[in-house]
Amino acid sequence: MSAEQCFTLDGRRVPFQDGQTLMAAALDAGVYIPHLCFNPEFAPHGSCRVCLVQVNGRVQAACTTPAAAGLTVQSEIEELREMRRGILQMLFVEGNHVCPACEKSGACQLQAVAYYVGMQTPHYKHFYPRRPVDASHPEAVIDFNRCILCELCVRASRDVDGKNVFAVQGRGIQARLVVNTPSGQLGATPFSIHDKAAQVCPTGTILTKHRGYETPIGQRLYDRKPISVVGDVAQLPESRGGRRHD
Amino acid sequence: MSHLETAARPDYLCRIAIDPLSRVEGHGKVTLLTDKDHRIRQARLHIVEFRGFEKFIQGRPYWEVPVVVERLCGICPVSHHLAAAKAVDQLVGARELTPTAEKIRRLMHYGQTLQSHAVHFFHLASPDFLFDFDDPAAHRNVGGVMTDYPDIARQGVRLRKYGQEVIRVTAGKRIHGTGAIPGGVNKALTLQERNYLLADLDLMIQWGRGILKLVKQAYQLNPGYFTYFATIRSNYLSLARADGALDLYHGGLRARNERGEILFDKLDYRRYSQVIREQVKPWSYMKFPFIHSLGSEQGWYRVGPLARINNCDFIPTPLAEEERREFMALGDGQPVHMTLAYHWARMIELLHATEAIKELLLDPDIFGEERVVRGEMAREGIGVIEAPRGTLFHHYRINEDGLIEKANLIVSTTNNNQAMNESIRQVAERYLDGKELTEPLLNQIEVAVRAYDPCLSCATHALGRMPLIVELVEEGSGAVVNSLARDVDGTVRNEMGLPPEGASSV
Repeated sequence: MSAEQCFTLDGRRVPFQDGQTLMAAALDAGVYIPHLCFNPEFAPHGSCRVCLVQVNGRVQAACTTPAAAGLTVQSEIEELREMRRGILQMLFVEGNHVCPACEKSGACQLQAVAYYVGMQTPHYKHFYPRRPVDASHPEAVIDFNRCILCELCVRASRDVDGKNVFAVQGRGIQARLVVNTPSGQLGATPFSIHDKAAQVCPTGTILTKHRGYETPIGQRLYDRKPISVVGDVAQLPESRGGRRHD
Repeated sequence: MSHLETAARPDYLCRIAIDPLSRVEGHGKVTLLTDKDHRIRQARLHIVEFRGFEKFIQGRPYWEVPVVVERLCGICPVSHHLAAAKAVDQLVGARELTPTAEKIRRLMHYGQTLQSHAVHFFHLASPDFLFDFDDPAAHRNVGGVMTDYPDIARQGVRLRKYGQEVIRVTAGKRIHGTGAIPGGVNKALTLQERNYLLADLDLMIQWGRGILKLVKQAYQLNPGYFTYFATIRSNYLSLARADGALDLYHGGLRARNERGEILFDKLDYRRYSQVIREQVKPWSYMKFPFIHSLGSEQGWYRVGPLARINNCDFIPTPLAEEERREFMALGDGQPVHMTLAYHWARMIELLHATEAIKELLLDPDIFGEERVVRGEMAREGIGVIEAPRGTLFHHYRINEDGLIEKANLIVSTTNNNQAMNESIRQVAERYLDGKELTEPLLNQIEVAVRAYDPCLSCATHALGRMPLIVELVEEGSGAVVNSLARDVDGTVRNEMGLPPEGASSV
């Protein structure tokens, strides 16, 4: 029997299996590294950069960096926390994230990560983009104001649902989530509220229609415990039977 | 309508502004135009805020609305939350809520009425009762009350806190909760929560009775002042239960004229636009609603505690009903028109709220599992509620996708717009006319406005912050000749460097 392979994460030995990323191994070990575009059920995307860690002194995304024996990884250090706060602040000012009135508040991954990294204010000037809500579908609404371009819905619809309902159009600062139909309306697609794509949004962009605020304040996912305890770090790890959609 | 609304030749008059008004909710100002003999020629209350809620909720999903529009206010958000929820109930076809949902919402609303009335009476208005007009401004505030009457101040704080706790338990947060959802509520009470709220309730009821004694003592000490200060005869509008009872959550629209005769009754509030119209005047951002059948000159009305107590036939809780009877005896068969009686009526409602909360807490329906009903969707919904400051209308229309297409909100203070203007004109004419204006005299204008507990927002509640600027303006050129300012600490100073007596020339 070969010896267990490990790397150190903030001084703690984290075992990993061949082919695992730093993020996957950390989650398996119950160690939280902040993330948004990463979802344990999907292949790493590496786009949000919230999971930045220092690997032997170099800053890299934990979700895309393969684990290797002997690596020294640092996550919970002030330098990285400040970078993460900056990324979160830019995400917040890019869209229209009105947490006080948002029905996803208290169960929103974006909000929970912002709390976790200690973001107190948006800091930057708001863009205030004008993005109309698409309520053309009978079961769902899309509030594009809250999209952070993690592409989880794009990947889920394409790779799991087999419907290819969503896409990202444009480049750089012009990039935006669109619905893959000539009209651009969700109502013109075969999308269903039961699709995987409807379940994966880390913000309040894709929501069930006609319902909201049904979970009382105090009982929502992140009301009592931080995301580092009750987020996907608490879910069944891949090594113990969790599903993954590559 | 008073002749002081518009002066014939304003260019030849001195303009005095009380800006901002203090110890009211938000930003407003009063302007007075006086001639060289200090005679009042024009008096107006201006609301200088613009909120824009009706516009920016357009295009948003309808189920968001109760949680968005409650941000209109930090003092009485529950009123907006519930008025919007009642409108949204109609959009989702919820014709009748489950007993649990209705009672939880009522509990939330009475908690809100209790805390809002307590804030107004103790924190904002009690200095007007407990201290003289010429009491130093730095002392004539809740800080002075805390120093001179610590027991009264403590009761005020505790009563407000209790109301806030009722809101927290039913809505999840003390301010801006999420309790009411389309067709019902998102939580019932647990036995533990019920027992927690019951623990202090008898003390709150006792204090509620004690405050009424205080108000009655103030009346008995100076009945002439109560009777005439800012008093105007008006129509009254409120909701009332089908049997004529006071009901702050639901009922039909009832209006009485100044003699107490019913103008309309049991009117389905979804037909409000048939009886209420709004007039726009070029000098104010706030509209002037009036009863359509009487016209804008005669049809203006008052809402709020005084209107509700005048309008109802009885209060369905015993202690408050006993107080109502004593109060109504002042009118000798007619409505009580004394503007300062708003405070008295408000405290009767505070007592009623404590009693109503007790009834609800002892009702097993508040533990129920059935919390939401839905039916056939509709495109239009109108919710009306008796907010602490008066009748509140929320009217929404949605498109076929469920997004808000149009919204119309008539907030309580808007209903009292003309009445507040009439009251300050009465005070200006009766107490200020022909006199050299001083800070204590100007304070009387504020006392008149404050009786209505106008909700212009919640920014000016801080201790002792009663800034005033009185300017003497040269005829024709409009140049400021002299200026008298009162700072946030109550210090009165002359901004033009003239001796304090300069105030007498204003």
